[in-house]
Amino acid sequence: MDRYTILREIADSWVLLLMVLFFLGVIVWAWRPGSRSIHADAGDIPFRHDNKPAADPVAEEPKK
Amino acid sequence: MWNYLKLIILGLIALLAAIAANFGRDLPYQVHAIIIMLVAGGLFLWTVRRTDEPSPPTSLEYMDGVVRAGVIATAFWGVVGFLVGTYIAFQLAFPSLNFEWAEGFANFGRLRPLHTSAVIFAFGGNALIATSFYVVQRTSAVRLWGGNYAWFVFWGYQLFIVLAATGYLLGATQSKEYAEPEWYVDIWLAIVWVSYLVVFMGTILTRKERHIYVANWFTLSFIVTVAMLHITNNISIPVSIFGSKSVQLFSGVQDAMTQWWYGHNAVGFFLTSGFLGMMYYFVPKQANRPVYSYKLSIIHFWALTFLYIWAGPHHLHYTALPDWASTLGMVFSIILWMPSWGGMINGLMTLSGAWDKLRTDPILRIMVLAIGFYGMSTFEGPVMSIRAVNALSHYTDWTIGHVHSGALGWNGMITFGALYYLTPALWNRERLYSLSLVNWHFWLATIGIILYASSMWVTGIMEGLMWREVDANGFLVNSFADTVAAKFPMYVVRGLGGVMFLAGAIIMCYNLWMTVRRVPAKADTPAMAPAE
Repeated sequence: MDRYTILREIADSWVLLLMVLFFLGVIVWAWRPGSRSIHADAGDIPFRHDNKPAADPVAEEPKK
Repeated sequence: MWNYLKLIILGLIALLAAIAANFGRDLPYQVHAIIIMLVAGGLFLWTVRRTDEPSPPTSLEYMDGVVRAGVIATAFWGVVGFLVGTYIAFQLAFPSLNFEWAEGFANFGRLRPLHTSAVIFAFGGNALIATSFYVVQRTSAVRLWGGNYAWFVFWGYQLFIVLAATGYLLGATQSKEYAEPEWYVDIWLAIVWVSYLVVFMGTILTRKERHIYVANWFTLSFIVTVAMLHITNNISIPVSIFGSKSVQLFSGVQDAMTQWWYGHNAVGFFLTSGFLGMMYYFVPKQANRPVYSYKLSIIHFWALTFLYIWAGPHHLHYTALPDWASTLGMVFSIILWMPSWGGMINGLMTLSGAWDKLRTDPILRIMVLAIGFYGMSTFEGPVMSIRAVNALSHYTDWTIGHVHSGALGWNGMITFGALYYLTPALWNRERLYSLSLVNWHFWLATIGIILYASSMWVTGIMEGLMWREVDANGFLVNSFADTVAAKFPMYVVRGLGGVMFLAGAIIMCYNLWMTVRRVPAKADTPAMAPAE
């Protein structure tokens, strides 16, 4: 088989499957139990450090 | 020590550029060599004056100087790009504006790529670099990584713009849409772009927030993808090291496919992902509410990233491209509708519970209009990618109308919103100079875009129908020149739309200028004050 055919075979079988699974995994991961507080915390990021960088590393642990 | 090394490098560059200018085989190459020589020489003198001086202590504040410069560059290039666009719109309506004396420099063919690159890469690109530097610092809670490296990105990008723009006017082009610059300009842009990636990544890696905010995800995908697209689409071999002409490595349909893979993802990642990064920061900030659904924004990101990259072949329906490839492009373009509208809903719903702000805040109104146009053009695009629709719309002005409703409506308006937000914040002013001028800008731009898009729909569909009209014997009824004559009124309307949009942008520049000059400085707020 020439290179085009091999690549094509891999692309529309295993790679396609992997990408679909990865994408579904992302959705499941976003909706995983316990993600609500993490996401609420992340959505709040723009409102924290408007004028000055944070003083010490990892100052804002997510509030559980 | 570093300064001595810099001096050696700059001196060598200036010397080599002088040699290149001497041996140059064509005018654009020689002009570019002289520009590079002058820039390197100027930087050499500037560095000499600073060598062995004590260096200022490293600041712990945010690095906003480069963002301020970016805001100025965005406003400047925006007006230049809109002005050239309006002028070439009138050149199409009144061909005598292609003056005899300017033939070969300022005729439509030379000015058109200048317009597209000025608005996309100069206006849009500067807006993206400036806002992404602002946002990544605020959402990572650290100063920009790499010290003055960010300034290299900024000035390197301006040099790229100047080289590209002068090249177009003098005729150096590789004839690839949105990728016209020739080989040495491409190499320079690749260097600048990788530096941009390094500064951005460095800032994210040193962040003091646990989570990478979603706006940075979009920006990062934009930077990485554009690097990949730019390098792949510009693989070419120069004919001579002393000339601007180069030959593409790919040929025929492979080259066409590579070009539109690049071209559509320039739209997808430059004009969509990058600007969505802007939306996900500035809309919540202006509305003073967190984004409607953070989960949806994650899905929006991954869906967009997975789907956009396949949509390119819809630019090549009914060509030598295999049918399966063009079907693939069409199907993915239609699927793209879903994440696009997911993102639009997410942006709009951020205002839920704060819709009353639209009545009092014209900046928020501009942002909402931008999101509305994002939704509209991401609906129109999939429709136009369907083969049957494309048979009518392709090669007509409908395409131009579609591009402009996206570019003026979505990219333009969200950038204006960001500039109105950034200027008081960056120059520490308590408010904008005039909100009623913002209102004027809003209405001029809105009506301008509507005139532009609707006239292009009319003329595009008319043109498509005229081209396919056949008589009882199967002969074509209209010649090409008939369609050109029929388009005249719509071309004038389109030009007027452009004038209104340009007028709005000039009003914005005046307003921003007066904000910096006249508005009193904001009273000192404690650093840890809650937002508003």
